[in-house]
Amino acid sequence: MVSSSRPQIQPILSSKDANIYYGNFLAVRDVTIDIPKNSITAFIGPSGCGKSTVLRCFNRLNDLIKTFKMRGSMNYHGQDLYSPEIDPVAVRRQIGMVFQKPNPFPKSIYDNIAFGPRLVKYKGNMDELVERSLRGSALWDEVKDKLKESGLALSGGQQQRLCIARAIAMQPDVILMDEPCSALDPISTLKIEDLFQELKEKYTIVIVTHNMQQASRASDYTAFFNVEQTDRGRTGHIVEYDRTEVIFQNPQQQATQSYVSGRFG
Amino acid sequence: MVVSPNQNNEPMQRHRSSLSRNLDAAFVWLTGGFASLIAFLLIAIAIRVGVDASPAIAKFGLGFLFESRWDPVKDIYSAFPQIYGTIVSSFLALLLAVPVGIGVAIFLSEDFIPEKIQRPVIFLVELLAAIPSVVYGLWGIFVLIPVLRDMGKGVHQSLGWLPFFSTSPSGPGMYVAGIILAIMILPIITAISRDALVAVPIELRQAAYGLGATRWETIFKIILPAAFSGVIGGIMLALGRAMGETMAVTMVIGNANKASISLFDQGSTVSSLLANQFAEASGLQVSSLMYAAIVLFVLTLVVNILAQVVVQRVNRI
Repeated sequence: MVSSSRPQIQPILSSKDANIYYGNFLAVRDVTIDIPKNSITAFIGPSGCGKSTVLRCFNRLNDLIKTFKMRGSMNYHGQDLYSPEIDPVAVRRQIGMVFQKPNPFPKSIYDNIAFGPRLVKYKGNMDELVERSLRGSALWDEVKDKLKESGLALSGGQQQRLCIARAIAMQPDVILMDEPCSALDPISTLKIEDLFQELKEKYTIVIVTHNMQQASRASDYTAFFNVEQTDRGRTGHIVEYDRTEVIFQNPQQQATQSYVSGRFG
Repeated sequence: MVVSPNQNNEPMQRHRSSLSRNLDAAFVWLTGGFASLIAFLLIAIAIRVGVDASPAIAKFGLGFLFESRWDPVKDIYSAFPQIYGTIVSSFLALLLAVPVGIGVAIFLSEDFIPEKIQRPVIFLVELLAAIPSVVYGLWGIFVLIPVLRDMGKGVHQSLGWLPFFSTSPSGPGMYVAGIILAIMILPIITAISRDALVAVPIELRQAAYGLGATRWETIFKIILPAAFSGVIGGIMLALGRAMGETMAVTMVIGNANKASISLFDQGSTVSSLLANQFAEASGLQVSSLMYAAIVLFVLTLVVNILAQVVVQRVNRI
Protein backbone atom coordinates (compact mmCIF):
# COMPACT_ATOMS: atom_id res chain seq x y z
CA MET A 1 0.00 0.00 0.00
CA VAL A 2 2.82 2.42 0.72
CA SER A 3 5.73 2.67 -1.64
CA SER A 4 9.35 3.30 -0.83
CA SER A 5 9.53 6.75 -2.36
CA ARG A 6 6.98 8.00 0.10
CA PRO A 7 7.54 11.64 1.19
CA GLN A 8 10.16 11.87 3.89
CA ILE A 9 9.58 15.53 4.78
CA GLN A 10 8.15 16.43 8.16
CA PRO A 11 4.38 16.06 7.73
CA ILE A 12 2.02 18.89 8.68
CA LEU A 13 -1.06 16.66 8.65
CA SER A 14 -0.93 12.97 9.24
CA SER A 15 -3.38 10.27 9.92
CA LYS A 16 -2.77 6.74 11.17
CA ASP A 17 -5.18 3.82 10.89
CA ALA A 18 -8.17 6.13 10.84
CA ASN A 19 -11.56 4.50 10.45
CA ILE A 20 -14.46 6.81 9.75
CA TYR A 21 -18.00 5.80 10.57
CA TYR A 22 -21.45 7.24 9.99
CA GLY A 23 -23.47 5.47 12.66
CA ASN A 24 -22.49 1.83 12.28
CA PHE A 25 -21.52 2.21 8.65
CA LEU A 26 -17.79 2.16 8.01
CA ALA A 27 -17.32 4.82 5.33
CA VAL A 28 -13.52 4.85 5.05
CA ARG A 29 -11.06 2.40 6.60
CA ASP A 30 -7.36 2.37 7.50
CA VAL A 31 -6.47 5.89 6.41
CA THR A 32 -2.75 6.29 6.91
CA ILE A 33 -1.27 9.29 5.19
CA ASP A 34 1.36 11.97 5.82
CA ILE A 35 0.83 15.29 4.11
CA PRO A 36 4.03 17.33 3.72
CA LYS A 37 4.23 21.04 4.39
CA ASN A 38 4.10 23.54 1.51
CA SER A 39 3.04 20.97 -1.01
CA ILE A 40 -0.07 20.19 -2.98
CA THR A 41 -1.57 16.82 -2.28
CA ALA A 42 -4.36 15.54 -4.48
CA PHE A 43 -6.97 12.96 -3.48
CA ILE A 44 -8.31 11.12 -6.51
CA GLY A 45 -10.60 8.17 -6.94
CA PRO A 46 -14.10 7.15 -8.00
CA SER A 47 -17.24 8.69 -6.47
CA GLY A 48 -18.13 7.43 -3.01
CA CYS A 49 -14.59 6.37 -2.15
CA GLY A 50 -14.36 8.72 0.82
CA LYS A 51 -11.96 11.39 -0.48
CA SER A 52 -14.11 14.28 0.70
CA THR A 53 -14.91 12.49 3.94
CA VAL A 54 -11.22 12.20 4.80
CA LEU A 55 -10.62 15.81 3.73
CA ARG A 56 -13.35 17.06 6.02
CA CYS A 57 -11.93 15.08 8.93
CA PHE A 58 -8.79 17.20 8.82
CA ASN A 59 -10.64 20.37 9.85
CA ARG A 60 -13.30 18.57 11.86
CA LEU A 61 -16.10 19.71 9.61
CA ASN A 62 -17.58 16.22 9.85
CA ASP A 63 -18.34 16.98 13.49
CA LEU A 64 -21.46 18.73 12.20
CA ILE A 65 -22.86 15.34 11.21
CA LYS A 66 -24.38 13.80 14.31
CA THR A 67 -23.66 10.17 13.49
CA PHE A 68 -20.01 10.81 12.54
CA LYS A 69 -17.34 8.88 14.43
CA MET A 70 -13.58 8.67 13.91
CA ARG A 71 -11.36 5.92 15.33
CA GLY A 72 -7.62 6.03 14.98
CA SER A 73 -5.55 9.18 14.95
CA MET A 74 -5.32 12.36 12.95
CA ASN A 75 -2.52 14.75 13.77
CA TYR A 76 -1.77 18.33 12.91
CA HIS A 77 1.84 19.35 13.66
CA GLY A 78 1.97 16.20 15.78
CA GLN A 79 -1.01 17.29 17.84
CA ASP A 80 -4.01 14.95 18.03
CA LEU A 81 -6.86 16.76 16.24
CA TYR A 82 -9.46 14.61 17.96
CA SER A 83 -8.19 14.86 21.51
CA PRO A 84 -10.85 16.21 23.87
CA GLU A 85 -8.83 19.38 24.63
CA ILE A 86 -8.92 20.44 20.99
CA ASP A 87 -11.54 23.04 20.06
CA PRO A 88 -12.87 22.27 16.56
CA VAL A 89 -13.51 25.99 16.04
CA ALA A 90 -9.81 26.73 16.59
CA VAL A 91 -8.86 23.90 14.24
CA ARG A 92 -10.99 25.38 11.46
CA ARG A 93 -9.28 28.74 11.90
CA GLN A 94 -5.92 27.09 11.19
CA ILE A 95 -7.11 24.72 8.50
CA GLY A 96 -9.26 26.55 5.98
CA MET A 97 -11.67 25.07 3.49
CA VAL A 98 -12.85 25.82 -0.03
CA PHE A 99 -15.97 23.98 -1.11
CA GLN A 100 -17.15 22.33 -4.29
CA LYS A 101 -19.84 24.88 -5.01
CA PRO A 102 -18.71 28.51 -4.67
CA ASN A 103 -20.48 29.71 -1.54
CA PRO A 104 -19.86 33.42 -0.95
CA PHE A 105 -21.97 34.95 1.80
CA PRO A 106 -24.80 37.22 0.65
CA LYS A 107 -22.68 40.19 1.69
CA SER A 108 -20.36 42.60 -0.10
CA ILE A 109 -17.04 41.36 -1.50
CA TYR A 110 -15.26 43.27 1.25
CA ASP A 111 -17.42 41.82 4.02
CA ASN A 112 -16.99 38.32 2.64
CA ILE A 113 -13.24 38.60 3.12
CA ALA A 114 -13.48 40.45 6.42
CA PHE A 115 -15.91 37.96 7.95
CA GLY A 116 -13.30 35.52 9.23
CA PRO A 117 -10.79 38.11 10.51
CA ARG A 118 -13.61 39.91 12.34
CA LEU A 119 -14.47 36.65 14.11
CA VAL A 120 -10.98 36.54 15.58
CA LYS A 121 -11.01 40.32 16.26
CA TYR A 122 -8.22 40.98 13.76
CA LYS A 123 -6.24 43.98 15.01
CA GLY A 124 -4.37 44.97 11.86
CA ASN A 125 -5.46 47.10 8.96
CA MET A 126 -8.54 45.41 7.52
CA ASP A 127 -8.39 47.21 4.15
CA GLU A 128 -4.86 45.99 3.72
CA LEU A 129 -5.77 42.43 4.64
CA VAL A 130 -8.68 42.43 2.20
CA GLU A 131 -6.44 43.68 -0.60
CA ARG A 132 -3.70 41.19 0.24
CA SER A 133 -6.17 38.30 0.31
CA LEU A 134 -7.77 39.30 -2.97
CA ARG A 135 -4.34 39.70 -4.59
CA GLY A 136 -3.45 36.29 -3.17
CA SER A 137 -6.36 34.73 -5.03
CA ALA A 138 -5.69 36.73 -8.22
CA LEU A 139 -9.01 38.51 -7.97
CA TRP A 140 -7.93 41.99 -6.89
CA ASP A 141 -7.65 43.55 -10.36
CA GLU A 142 -11.13 42.36 -11.29
CA VAL A 143 -12.92 43.58 -8.17
CA LYS A 144 -10.89 46.44 -6.72
CA ASP A 145 -13.43 49.03 -7.91
CA LYS A 146 -16.48 47.21 -6.60
CA LEU A 147 -15.58 45.94 -3.16
CA LYS A 148 -18.93 47.17 -1.83
CA GLU A 149 -20.90 45.13 -4.34
CA SER A 150 -22.40 41.77 -3.50
CA GLY A 151 -20.16 38.73 -3.74
CA LEU A 152 -23.06 36.98 -5.42
CA ALA A 153 -22.85 39.34 -8.40
CA LEU A 154 -19.53 37.79 -9.49
CA SER A 155 -19.19 34.99 -12.03
CA GLY A 156 -18.79 31.41 -10.81
CA GLY A 157 -15.01 31.41 -11.26
CA GLN A 158 -14.68 34.77 -9.53
CA GLN A 159 -16.90 33.57 -6.70
CA GLN A 160 -14.64 30.59 -6.17
CA ARG A 161 -11.56 32.82 -6.09
CA LEU A 162 -13.44 35.03 -3.62
CA CYS A 163 -13.95 31.94 -1.47
CA ILE A 164 -10.22 31.19 -1.72
CA ALA A 165 -9.45 34.79 -0.74
CA ARG A 166 -11.84 34.43 2.17
CA ALA A 167 -9.94 31.32 3.31
CA ILE A 168 -6.57 33.05 2.87
CA ALA A 169 -7.71 36.04 4.92
CA MET A 170 -7.71 33.84 8.01
CA GLN A 171 -3.98 33.30 7.39
CA PRO A 172 -4.38 29.57 7.77
CA ASP A 173 -1.69 26.95 7.66
CA VAL A 174 -3.49 24.51 5.44
CA ILE A 175 -6.21 25.02 2.85
CA LEU A 176 -8.44 22.06 2.10
CA MET A 177 -10.19 22.18 -1.26
CA ASP A 178 -13.09 19.90 -2.04
CA GLU A 179 -13.37 19.70 -5.84
CA PRO A 180 -12.92 23.47 -6.09
CA CYS A 181 -13.12 23.56 -9.88
CA SER A 182 -15.88 21.07 -10.58
CA ALA A 183 -18.49 23.80 -11.02
CA LEU A 184 -16.24 26.02 -13.15
CA ASP A 185 -15.50 26.46 -16.83
CA PRO A 186 -12.04 25.45 -18.18
CA ILE A 187 -10.66 29.00 -18.20
CA SER A 188 -11.62 29.67 -14.59
CA THR A 189 -10.23 26.25 -13.72
CA LEU A 190 -6.85 27.11 -15.24
CA LYS A 191 -6.77 30.41 -13.36
CA ILE A 192 -7.32 28.60 -10.10
CA GLU A 193 -4.73 25.94 -10.92
CA ASP A 194 -2.17 28.68 -11.64
CA LEU A 195 -3.06 30.08 -8.28
CA PHE A 196 -2.22 26.80 -6.54
CA GLN A 197 1.44 27.14 -7.45
CA GLU A 198 1.61 30.57 -5.81
CA LEU A 199 -0.40 29.49 -2.81
CA LYS A 200 1.84 26.57 -2.00
CA GLU A 201 4.67 28.98 -1.22
CA LYS A 202 2.79 29.95 1.90
CA TYR A 203 0.24 27.23 2.52
CA THR A 204 -0.15 23.51 2.40
CA ILE A 205 -2.91 22.51 0.04
CA VAL A 206 -4.96 19.33 -0.01
CA ILE A 207 -7.31 19.06 -2.93
CA VAL A 208 -9.99 16.53 -3.82
CA THR A 209 -10.46 16.30 -7.55
CA HIS A 210 -12.19 14.18 -10.16
CA ASN A 211 -10.10 15.79 -12.85
CA MET A 212 -7.14 13.53 -13.54
CA GLN A 213 -5.28 16.16 -15.56
CA GLN A 214 -5.68 18.57 -12.71
CA ALA A 215 -4.13 16.14 -10.28
CA SER A 216 -1.22 15.36 -12.60
CA ARG A 217 -0.67 19.02 -13.59
CA ALA A 218 -1.08 20.72 -10.29
CA SER A 219 -0.15 18.38 -7.46
CA ASP A 220 3.08 17.17 -5.90
CA TYR A 221 1.64 14.12 -4.21
CA THR A 222 -1.36 12.03 -5.08
CA ALA A 223 -3.39 9.59 -3.04
CA PHE A 224 -5.57 7.19 -4.98
CA PHE A 225 -8.70 6.08 -3.15
CA ASN A 226 -10.87 3.17 -4.12
CA VAL A 227 -14.07 1.72 -2.78
CA GLU A 228 -15.10 -1.85 -2.23
CA GLN A 229 -18.37 -3.52 -1.42
CA THR A 230 -18.36 -5.25 1.96
CA ASP A 231 -21.16 -6.83 3.94
CA ARG A 232 -21.62 -3.50 5.74
CA GLY A 233 -21.84 -1.29 2.68
CA ARG A 234 -19.35 0.50 0.45
CA THR A 235 -16.13 1.26 2.27
CA GLY A 236 -13.40 3.45 0.85
CA HIS A 237 -9.67 3.15 1.47
CA ILE A 238 -6.38 4.49 0.17
CA VAL A 239 -4.91 2.20 -2.46
CA GLU A 240 -1.71 4.05 -3.10
CA TYR A 241 -0.07 7.29 -2.05
CA ASP A 242 3.09 8.62 -3.60
CA ARG A 243 4.68 11.41 -5.59
CA THR A 244 2.32 12.45 -8.35
CA GLU A 245 4.64 11.40 -11.17
CA VAL A 246 4.96 7.93 -9.64
CA ILE A 247 1.20 7.54 -9.34
CA PHE A 248 0.63 8.62 -12.90
CA GLN A 249 3.63 7.04 -14.62
CA ASN A 250 4.71 4.09 -12.56
CA PRO A 251 2.03 3.08 -10.06
CA GLN A 252 2.72 0.02 -7.96
CA GLN A 253 -0.89 -1.15 -7.81
CA GLN A 254 -2.92 -2.56 -10.67
CA ALA A 255 -6.04 -0.65 -9.56
CA THR A 256 -4.16 2.65 -9.66
CA GLN A 257 -2.78 1.86 -13.09
CA SER A 258 -6.29 1.12 -14.38
CA TYR A 259 -7.77 4.24 -12.86
CA VAL A 260 -5.18 6.78 -14.00
CA SER A 261 -5.10 5.34 -17.50
CA GLY A 262 -8.87 5.59 -17.71
CA ARG A 263 -9.51 1.84 -17.70
CA PHE A 264 -11.37 1.78 -14.47
CA GLY A 265 -12.61 -1.41 -12.91
CA MET B 1 -45.40 27.09 -35.54
CA VAL B 2 -42.70 24.51 -34.91
CA VAL B 3 -42.51 21.55 -37.24
CA SER B 4 -43.78 18.35 -35.64
CA PRO B 5 -41.43 15.43 -35.07
CA ASN B 6 -43.15 13.22 -37.61
CA GLN B 7 -41.74 13.82 -41.04
CA ASN B 8 -44.82 14.99 -43.00
CA ASN B 9 -44.55 18.61 -41.81
CA GLU B 10 -48.11 18.60 -40.61
CA PRO B 11 -48.77 21.58 -38.30
CA MET B 12 -49.02 20.52 -34.69
CA GLN B 13 -52.37 22.03 -33.82
CA ARG B 14 -54.20 19.56 -36.07
CA HIS B 15 -53.60 16.87 -33.51
CA ARG B 16 -55.58 18.52 -30.76
CA SER B 17 -59.34 18.53 -30.76
CA SER B 18 -61.06 21.89 -30.73
CA LEU B 19 -62.67 20.95 -27.42
CA SER B 20 -59.30 20.59 -25.75
CA ARG B 21 -58.13 23.93 -27.13
CA ASN B 22 -61.32 25.64 -26.03
CA LEU B 23 -60.99 24.13 -22.57
CA ASP B 24 -57.52 25.62 -22.35
CA ALA B 25 -58.81 29.05 -23.26
CA ALA B 26 -61.75 28.65 -20.88
CA PHE B 27 -59.37 27.77 -18.07
CA VAL B 28 -57.35 30.95 -18.65
CA TRP B 29 -60.55 33.02 -18.61
CA LEU B 30 -61.82 31.27 -15.48
CA THR B 31 -58.67 31.80 -13.41
CA GLY B 32 -58.37 35.33 -14.79
CA GLY B 33 -61.95 35.93 -13.70
CA PHE B 34 -61.21 34.75 -10.15
CA ALA B 35 -58.17 36.98 -9.98
CA SER B 36 -60.06 40.05 -11.14
CA LEU B 37 -62.89 39.27 -8.74
CA ILE B 38 -60.45 39.67 -5.83
CA ALA B 39 -59.16 42.96 -7.18
CA PHE B 40 -62.73 44.11 -7.83
CA LEU B 41 -63.80 43.21 -4.26
CA LEU B 42 -60.91 45.14 -2.77
CA ILE B 43 -61.62 48.21 -4.87
CA ALA B 44 -65.37 47.99 -4.27
CA ILE B 45 -64.88 47.82 -0.50
CA ALA B 46 -62.40 50.70 -0.54
CA ILE B 47 -64.74 52.88 -2.61
CA ARG B 48 -67.79 52.07 -0.53
CA VAL B 49 -66.01 52.75 2.75
CA GLY B 50 -64.59 55.94 1.27
CA VAL B 51 -67.99 57.16 0.08
CA ASP B 52 -69.65 56.36 3.39
CA ALA B 53 -66.84 58.07 5.28
CA SER B 54 -66.90 61.23 3.17
CA PRO B 55 -69.41 63.17 5.34
CA ALA B 56 -67.16 62.61 8.37
CA ILE B 57 -64.03 63.44 6.39
CA ALA B 58 -65.68 66.64 5.15
CA LYS B 59 -66.83 67.63 8.61
CA PHE B 60 -63.83 66.72 10.80
CA GLY B 61 -60.95 66.68 8.31
CA LEU B 62 -57.52 65.80 9.65
CA GLY B 63 -58.55 66.94 13.14
CA PHE B 64 -60.23 63.53 13.40
CA LEU B 65 -56.78 62.01 13.77
CA PHE B 66 -55.56 64.31 16.55
CA GLU B 67 -58.50 64.96 18.88
CA SER B 68 -60.03 62.76 21.51
CA ARG B 69 -63.75 63.35 21.42
CA TRP B 70 -66.29 60.65 20.69
CA ASP B 71 -69.61 62.24 21.50
CA PRO B 72 -72.68 60.72 19.84
CA VAL B 73 -74.96 63.17 21.70
CA LYS B 74 -73.39 66.24 20.13
CA ASP B 75 -72.38 64.29 17.03
CA ILE B 76 -68.72 65.23 17.30
CA TYR B 77 -66.19 62.52 16.61
CA SER B 78 -62.44 62.06 16.53
CA ALA B 79 -60.32 58.99 17.04
CA PHE B 80 -56.88 59.92 18.36
CA PRO B 81 -57.07 57.58 21.40
CA GLN B 82 -58.04 54.66 19.16
CA ILE B 83 -55.26 55.30 16.65
CA TYR B 84 -52.81 55.69 19.52
CA GLY B 85 -54.13 52.50 21.15
CA THR B 86 -53.86 50.53 17.92
CA ILE B 87 -50.25 51.54 17.44
CA VAL B 88 -49.22 51.11 21.08
CA SER B 89 -50.88 47.73 21.59
CA SER B 90 -49.50 46.37 18.29
CA PHE B 91 -45.96 47.53 18.90
CA LEU B 92 -46.06 46.35 22.50
CA ALA B 93 -47.08 42.96 21.10
CA LEU B 94 -44.22 43.06 18.59
CA LEU B 95 -41.75 44.06 21.28
CA LEU B 96 -42.69 40.97 23.27
CA ALA B 97 -43.29 38.52 20.42
CA VAL B 98 -40.39 39.26 18.05
CA PRO B 99 -37.50 38.19 20.30
CA VAL B 100 -39.40 35.17 21.57
CA GLY B 101 -40.69 34.24 18.12
CA ILE B 102 -37.30 34.48 16.45
CA GLY B 103 -35.71 32.64 19.35
CA VAL B 104 -38.20 29.80 19.02
CA ALA B 105 -37.67 29.79 15.25
CA ILE B 106 -33.91 29.48 15.70
CA PHE B 107 -34.34 26.72 18.26
CA LEU B 108 -36.69 24.79 15.99
CA SER B 109 -34.60 25.26 12.85
CA GLU B 110 -31.33 24.00 14.31
CA ASP B 111 -30.67 20.43 15.37
CA PHE B 112 -30.81 21.12 19.11
CA ILE B 113 -33.43 18.46 19.75
CA PRO B 114 -34.12 15.15 17.99
CA GLU B 115 -36.46 15.38 15.06
CA LYS B 116 -38.95 13.12 16.83
CA ILE B 117 -39.52 15.83 19.44
CA GLN B 118 -38.99 18.76 17.09
CA ARG B 119 -41.87 17.95 14.75
CA PRO B 120 -44.58 17.81 17.44
CA VAL B 121 -43.25 21.03 18.97
CA ILE B 122 -43.44 22.81 15.60
CA PHE B 123 -46.97 21.51 15.20
CA LEU B 124 -47.97 22.77 18.65
CA VAL B 125 -46.59 26.24 17.96
CA GLU B 126 -48.55 26.40 14.72
CA LEU B 127 -51.64 25.19 16.54
CA LEU B 128 -51.44 28.32 18.67
CA ALA B 129 -52.59 30.19 15.57
CA ALA B 130 -55.67 28.00 15.31
CA ILE B 131 -57.21 29.09 18.62
CA PRO B 132 -60.19 31.39 17.93
CA SER B 133 -59.58 34.92 19.12
CA VAL B 134 -62.72 34.97 21.29
CA VAL B 135 -61.20 32.09 23.23
CA TYR B 136 -58.06 34.14 23.77
CA GLY B 137 -60.27 36.98 24.97
CA LEU B 138 -62.11 34.77 27.41
CA TRP B 139 -58.87 33.30 28.71
CA GLY B 140 -57.54 36.84 28.99
CA ILE B 141 -60.43 37.99 31.15
CA PHE B 142 -60.61 35.04 33.51
CA VAL B 143 -57.02 33.81 33.70
CA LEU B 144 -54.55 36.38 32.43
CA ILE B 145 -56.02 39.54 33.98
CA PRO B 146 -56.10 38.23 37.59
CA VAL B 147 -52.49 37.10 37.29
CA LEU B 148 -51.26 40.22 35.53
CA ARG B 149 -53.12 42.61 37.84
CA ASP B 150 -51.18 41.41 40.89
CA MET B 151 -47.90 41.42 39.03
CA GLY B 152 -48.72 44.84 37.58
CA LYS B 153 -49.37 46.26 41.03
CA GLY B 154 -45.91 45.15 42.09
CA VAL B 155 -44.37 46.73 39.03
CA HIS B 156 -46.31 49.95 39.64
CA GLN B 157 -45.08 50.12 43.23
CA SER B 158 -41.43 49.63 42.37
CA LEU B 159 -41.21 51.23 38.93
CA GLY B 160 -44.12 53.69 39.15
CA TRP B 161 -41.77 56.60 38.52
CA LEU B 162 -41.54 55.44 34.91
CA PRO B 163 -44.36 57.02 32.90
CA PHE B 164 -45.25 53.64 31.35
CA PHE B 165 -46.13 52.24 34.77
CA SER B 166 -47.48 55.43 36.35
CA THR B 167 -51.02 54.23 37.07
CA SER B 168 -52.12 51.28 39.15
CA PRO B 169 -53.60 48.46 37.03
CA SER B 170 -57.33 48.01 37.58
CA GLY B 171 -57.71 44.84 35.52
CA PRO B 172 -58.22 45.32 31.83
CA GLY B 173 -55.84 47.66 30.06
CA MET B 174 -53.33 48.29 27.33
CA TYR B 175 -50.76 45.92 28.79
CA VAL B 176 -53.18 42.97 28.78
CA ALA B 177 -54.06 43.70 25.16
CA GLY B 178 -50.36 43.84 24.24
CA ILE B 179 -49.63 40.53 25.95
CA ILE B 180 -52.65 38.75 24.45
CA LEU B 181 -51.71 40.06 21.02
CA ALA B 182 -48.11 38.93 21.53
CA ILE B 183 -49.31 35.38 22.19
CA MET B 184 -51.60 35.51 19.17
CA ILE B 185 -48.92 36.68 16.73
CA LEU B 186 -46.15 34.48 18.13
CA PRO B 187 -46.98 31.47 15.91
CA ILE B 188 -47.00 33.66 12.78
CA ILE B 189 -43.55 35.07 13.52
CA THR B 190 -42.18 31.67 14.51
CA ALA B 191 -43.58 29.72 11.56
CA ILE B 192 -42.53 32.20 8.88
CA SER B 193 -39.12 32.91 10.42
CA ARG B 194 -38.43 29.21 10.77
CA ASP B 195 -39.29 28.59 7.12
CA ALA B 196 -36.91 31.39 6.14
CA LEU B 197 -34.12 30.07 8.36
CA VAL B 198 -34.48 26.51 7.11
CA ALA B 199 -34.34 27.78 3.51
CA VAL B 200 -30.85 29.26 3.98
CA PRO B 201 -28.54 27.06 1.86
CA ILE B 202 -26.46 24.53 3.77
CA GLU B 203 -23.38 25.77 1.85
CA LEU B 204 -23.46 29.11 3.69
CA ARG B 205 -23.56 27.35 7.03
CA GLN B 206 -20.60 25.17 6.05
CA ALA B 207 -18.68 28.19 4.77
CA ALA B 208 -19.10 29.92 8.11
CA TYR B 209 -18.12 26.85 10.12
CA GLY B 210 -15.19 26.31 7.75
CA LEU B 211 -13.87 29.77 8.63
CA GLY B 212 -13.95 28.93 12.29
CA ALA B 213 -17.26 30.51 13.25
CA THR B 214 -19.00 29.06 16.27
CA ARG B 215 -22.61 27.98 16.08
CA TRP B 216 -23.83 31.28 17.51
CA GLU B 217 -21.66 33.34 15.20
CA THR B 218 -22.96 31.32 12.27
CA ILE B 219 -26.57 31.85 13.31
CA PHE B 220 -26.34 35.55 14.10
CA LYS B 221 -23.88 36.69 11.44
CA ILE B 222 -24.78 34.49 8.49
CA ILE B 223 -28.05 32.60 8.80
CA LEU B 224 -30.25 35.29 10.33
CA PRO B 225 -29.04 38.00 7.91
CA ALA B 226 -29.54 35.63 4.98
CA ALA B 227 -33.08 34.95 6.14
CA PHE B 228 -33.73 38.61 6.94
CA SER B 229 -36.37 39.33 4.31
CA GLY B 230 -38.35 36.26 5.30
CA VAL B 231 -38.18 37.16 8.98
CA ILE B 232 -39.28 40.75 8.29
CA GLY B 233 -42.10 39.37 6.15
CA GLY B 234 -43.29 37.29 9.09
CA ILE B 235 -43.06 40.23 11.48
CA MET B 236 -45.06 42.45 9.13
CA LEU B 237 -47.75 39.84 8.67
CA ALA B 238 -47.90 39.57 12.46
CA LEU B 239 -48.13 43.36 12.83
CA GLY B 240 -50.97 43.44 10.36
CA ARG B 241 -52.77 40.78 12.35
CA ALA B 242 -52.15 42.63 15.62
CA MET B 243 -53.48 45.93 14.26
CA GLY B 244 -56.64 44.38 12.91
CA GLU B 245 -57.32 41.98 15.77
CA THR B 246 -60.67 42.86 17.30
CA MET B 247 -62.40 40.38 19.54
CA ALA B 248 -59.68 39.49 22.04
CA VAL B 249 -58.52 43.10 22.30
CA THR B 250 -62.04 44.43 22.80
CA MET B 251 -62.50 41.97 25.64
CA VAL B 252 -59.37 42.93 27.58
CA ILE B 253 -58.38 46.52 26.76
CA GLY B 254 -61.05 48.28 28.83
CA ASN B 255 -62.53 50.34 25.99
CA ALA B 256 -61.85 53.73 27.56
CA ASN B 257 -61.75 56.72 25.22
CA LYS B 258 -58.37 57.99 26.32
CA ALA B 259 -54.77 57.91 25.24
CA SER B 260 -52.64 57.33 28.33
CA ILE B 261 -48.89 56.95 28.39
CA SER B 262 -49.27 54.37 31.16
CA LEU B 263 -49.56 50.84 29.84
CA PHE B 264 -51.57 49.87 32.93
CA ASP B 265 -54.29 52.33 31.95
CA GLN B 266 -57.33 51.35 29.95
CA GLY B 267 -57.62 52.31 26.33
CA SER B 268 -59.14 51.29 23.04
CA THR B 269 -58.13 50.53 19.48
CA VAL B 270 -59.72 51.38 16.15
CA SER B 271 -61.00 47.83 15.80
CA SER B 272 -62.41 47.74 19.33
CA LEU B 273 -64.09 51.09 18.65
CA LEU B 274 -65.74 49.70 15.52
CA ALA B 275 -66.83 46.54 17.31
CA ASN B 276 -68.29 48.48 20.23
CA GLN B 277 -70.09 51.18 18.28
CA PHE B 278 -71.44 49.77 15.05
CA ALA B 279 -74.63 48.34 16.53
CA GLU B 280 -76.06 51.62 17.85
CA ALA B 281 -74.52 53.94 15.28
CA SER B 282 -76.43 55.97 12.75
CA GLY B 283 -75.85 58.95 10.50
CA LEU B 284 -72.61 60.83 11.07
CA GLN B 285 -71.52 58.28 13.64
CA VAL B 286 -71.50 55.52 10.99
CA SER B 287 -69.62 57.84 8.70
CA SER B 288 -67.05 58.48 11.44
CA LEU B 289 -66.63 54.74 12.02
CA MET B 290 -65.98 54.37 8.30
CA TYR B 291 -63.42 57.15 8.55
CA ALA B 292 -61.72 55.28 11.41
CA ALA B 293 -61.77 52.14 9.28
CA ILE B 294 -59.97 53.98 6.49
CA VAL B 295 -57.36 55.18 8.97
CA LEU B 296 -56.76 51.58 10.06
CA PHE B 297 -56.52 50.49 6.44
CA VAL B 298 -53.98 53.22 5.64
CA LEU B 299 -52.03 52.38 8.80
CA THR B 300 -51.54 48.75 7.78
CA LEU B 301 -50.76 49.83 4.23
CA VAL B 302 -48.04 52.21 5.44
CA VAL B 303 -46.55 49.50 7.65
CA ASN B 304 -46.41 47.11 4.71
CA ILE B 305 -44.82 49.64 2.41
CA LEU B 306 -42.22 50.48 5.06
CA ALA B 307 -41.44 46.78 5.41
CA GLN B 308 -40.93 46.47 1.67
CA VAL B 309 -38.55 49.42 1.72
CA VAL B 310 -36.56 47.93 4.59
CA VAL B 311 -36.31 44.54 2.88
CA GLN B 312 -35.25 46.04 -0.44
CA ARG B 313 -32.64 48.25 1.14
CA VAL B 314 -31.11 45.29 2.96
CA ASN B 315 -31.27 42.95 -0.04
CA ARG B 316 -29.40 45.42 -2.21
CA ILE B 317 -26.15 44.17 -0.69
